[in-house]
Amino acid sequence: MSRRAETLLWVAQRASAAVLAVCVLAHLATLIYAVQGGLSGAEILARTRGNVAWLVFYTVFVLAVAVHAPIGLRTVLAEWLGWRGRARDFALIAFAVVLAGMGLQAVRGVVA
Amino acid sequence: MSVMLQVRVWRGGAAGGAWRQYDVPRRESQTVLDVVTHIQRALDPTLAYRYACRVGMCGSCAMTVNGAPRWTCRTHVDKVAQDGRLSVAPLKNLPVIRDLVADMREFFDKWARAQGQFKGARTRADDFERIAPGSEARRRADAAIECIGCGVCYAACDVVAANPGYLGPAALNRAWTLANDARDTAQGARLRAVAGDRASLACHTHMSCTERCPKALSPTAGIAGLKRAVARAALQGRL
Repeated sequence: MSRRAETLLWVAQRASAAVLAVCVLAHLATLIYAVQGGLSGAEILARTRGNVAWLVFYTVFVLAVAVHAPIGLRTVLAEWLGWRGRARDFALIAFAVVLAGMGLQAVRGVVA
Repeated sequence: MSVMLQVRVWRGGAAGGAWRQYDVPRRESQTVLDVVTHIQRALDPTLAYRYACRVGMCGSCAMTVNGAPRWTCRTHVDKVAQDGRLSVAPLKNLPVIRDLVADMREFFDKWARAQGQFKGARTRADDFERIAPGSEARRRADAAIECIGCGVCYAACDVVAANPGYLGPAALNRAWTLANDARDTAQGARLRAVAGDRASLACHTHMSCTERCPKALSPTAGIAGLKRAVARAALQGRL
């Protein structure tokens, strides 16, 4: 991988971390608020279904995770297992696709 | 103050080695280098170690003292001995030549790979470049420029241990001083050299280098500056 590509991955990880910082806080705050309010699962779904704002929020959240986690794992695999090179990068692209796919499916379950 | 110090010294070579015990008379204002020198001159002349200036300028006497990398000529026994015991070993993250002598070739080769050489365009016929002492770039270079190349930061760095190709704090600190040198003409090549997984971007900001640097420099701060410069260049298509 070229140095420019490696640097852009680094930038993508920092940028996605900034997005995640906001998303995780909003997610946790919403979670605590909903639980303390005593909302049931059905009541929460009634509020989220068809709501474009939640759709956008959780889609961004899931995509940020799918960008952030594989790039971090890339370094972990290199430093802990000595696994570098194209095979590792393709495996991580597959991991990113699985993360995004599972996450977006969950978003669909809550919002659609 | 106990009369004798119990000193454990690592003896061996590239193939391996073992600790050997020596009893060294305790003296006032004694440095770790004094202890090692006593062992070699009075107890065991076969001990190999390296030093030159004895006053913290040359950067040749760094060793692992009680588990941490230190410059031995300026490290007082008072500060590091635990219950009258000392252990002295070669620097970590470098191959051992013999006993306390680490092979520094890879360390300095990485300075070269980080484009640590100054490249100017002026000749003796040209006037001096005028650089304001208070300018931001000059102050950034000043903060990093007193490195003596002792290798303590490199031996302290967890990323070097995990990623042997990583250029390490000293080489990147040197690149940072040149990145802030208005006279230097190799900025593009240097930015490429310090980009990527084995250079500035690999730093995890553990700050062991900054913690251990005997000159109280902060390679971590310089590496952070390089990260910003490299990221900017990549986004602008200059890398």
